[in-house]
Amino acid sequence: MSDVQWKNPVVKWVDERLPVFSLMHHSTVGYPTPKNLNYWWNFGSLALTCLIIMIVTGIFLAMSYTPHASMAFDSVERIMRDVNYGWLLRYLHANGASMFFIVVYIHMFRNMYYGSYRAPREMLWFLGLAIYLAMMATGFLGYVLPWGQMSFWGATVITNLFSAIPLVGDDVVTWLWGGFSVDNPTLNRFFSLHYLLPFVIFALVALHLWALHVVKSNNPAGVEIKSEEDTIPFHPYYTIKDLYGIAIFMIIYLAFVFWAPNFLGHPDNYIEANPMVTPPHIVPEWYYLPFYAILRAFTADAIIYIPFGWFFITPKLAGVIAMFGAIIVLFFLPWLDTSKVLSAKYRPVFKQFFWIFVINVLILGYCGAKSPTDTLFGIKLEIVSQVATFYYFAHLMVLTPLIGWMEKTREVPNSIAAAVTKPTKTEEA
Amino acid sequence: MADTASTAVDDNGTEESRRDFLLLATSAVGAVGTAAAIWPFVDSMNPSADVLALASTEIDLSPIEEGQSITVMWRGKPVFVRNRTADEISKAQAEDSAAMVDPQKDGERIKEGKDNWLVLVGVCTHLGCIPLGQKATDPKGEYGGWYCPCHGSHYDTSGRIRKGPAPTNLPVPPYEFTSDTTVKIG
Repeated sequence: MSDVQWKNPVVKWVDERLPVFSLMHHSTVGYPTPKNLNYWWNFGSLALTCLIIMIVTGIFLAMSYTPHASMAFDSVERIMRDVNYGWLLRYLHANGASMFFIVVYIHMFRNMYYGSYRAPREMLWFLGLAIYLAMMATGFLGYVLPWGQMSFWGATVITNLFSAIPLVGDDVVTWLWGGFSVDNPTLNRFFSLHYLLPFVIFALVALHLWALHVVKSNNPAGVEIKSEEDTIPFHPYYTIKDLYGIAIFMIIYLAFVFWAPNFLGHPDNYIEANPMVTPPHIVPEWYYLPFYAILRAFTADAIIYIPFGWFFITPKLAGVIAMFGAIIVLFFLPWLDTSKVLSAKYRPVFKQFFWIFVINVLILGYCGAKSPTDTLFGIKLEIVSQVATFYYFAHLMVLTPLIGWMEKTREVPNSIAAAVTKPTKTEEA
Repeated sequence: MADTASTAVDDNGTEESRRDFLLLATSAVGAVGTAAAIWPFVDSMNPSADVLALASTEIDLSPIEEGQSITVMWRGKPVFVRNRTADEISKAQAEDSAAMVDPQKDGERIKEGKDNWLVLVGVCTHLGCIPLGQKATDPKGEYGGWYCPCHGSHYDTSGRIRKGPAPTNLPVPPYEFTSDTTVKIG
């Protein structure tokens, strides 16, 4: 890290005592990055951009927000009407959450397409999943704070998931609530934790980047960096590319903020929370919908429930297990994928199944948004979500290892440089 | 015990086991102390004294006509009180032996001789939504009792779960008749 000679005497003095400047240099100008990264690799820096926007807007919103059951809703309305630029801060924050999730979902699907979770990047993948879990928790807690009908009933439904835990479930729920229903103590603690978790995420992002800089970026070819001709320095090449991505992202994000600020929200959340009336149709925020569909798919008469029945697991607990399991199983992905080749670019069969998996997740999302009695192509959504839930797990736990063993992969280039200089087919082994 | 005062390390292992014991004992005390220190933080999230000090609720039943239901608030939750029709009672009793998720007889869910009064905590046992069926215009589900719109649980005229994801019947809160037309919940 001491390979840089700092000319500025102040910088030199500081750096000899705490090498922050060397660290910054080492991780930007001195950081070798594969030279073939495509635009799908923009989404990491976009996610960091989102996190920073969320933390900054959140800190300023907290200055005008009152976390009390009888005042929270009105304080949010006051932010919208009376606080200078309060509407802007709130719409940036609310839409920022959606944008953050879109960006992270694309980041994760890119990872799955190019096999970025595979050795030696397992820790990087784990930390990413930990960030995702923390994001889900933060997003849920934040959605409760405006204390509208969806806030209240979303909080009720999600906290009630824990009542499915055998023996201690009800005590756990009472503990989470701080009472016998979602009420002021619940709102207070949710605010406290909603303020805390983004900083936990920030720390996890630091570890995620640390792990990244140890194992280096994967790339569309899915082959490791072998020599200097495979790489270019991160700065200025990827800083400028990331900035371009950020500019495009801001256009889309701000279009929502200024022209469709409530498009991704639910109108019922502009009705103050009422513990005596459940809205006719409770839906979580869009980014939880696939998991919500998995949760609901487990009914007593569902075929996918049968194996749970053997172990005397109630349908409710089965749904909760499957919902959390849907994310837990991702932690095992580095070992479930048995292929010798990382990138789907050279995996013709896996590539098709990857896109089927993406469509399946979108179908689950659709099922989560609608009532179980609605239909899709004339089939009851209850059935559709059961099939899609089954396929979700089948893809990850059965198809992924099978395809890895049986697929005839295409020839992988010898190096990143070879991948970008001439087509693989004409290359000699 | 004289040799325990010695700090010599050379008497084949006794010194080591003494240190092991000290280490274990210290760690154990440390762990217990840490747990004891964490508990106040955990317990601070449990319902506080003012939340626990919840009064019971008294309800006047006289204005509730046959076939009508009212909803009252108890412990921050809605309680359904239904004056069941003869039809609903006989239906509930007739289906006592039907296949159920959470089998229970109608007689166990009411006070003896007060067959028409059904008192339930109106919170779906699935994930805590409030089932529909209190108003005349509400959907009452396939079994004529209540229907939870969130995830499609159907309850019968005794508040028992008959179809859908909910694991148990709508609970009957502790209550007693203080007179023929008053009921005290809690």
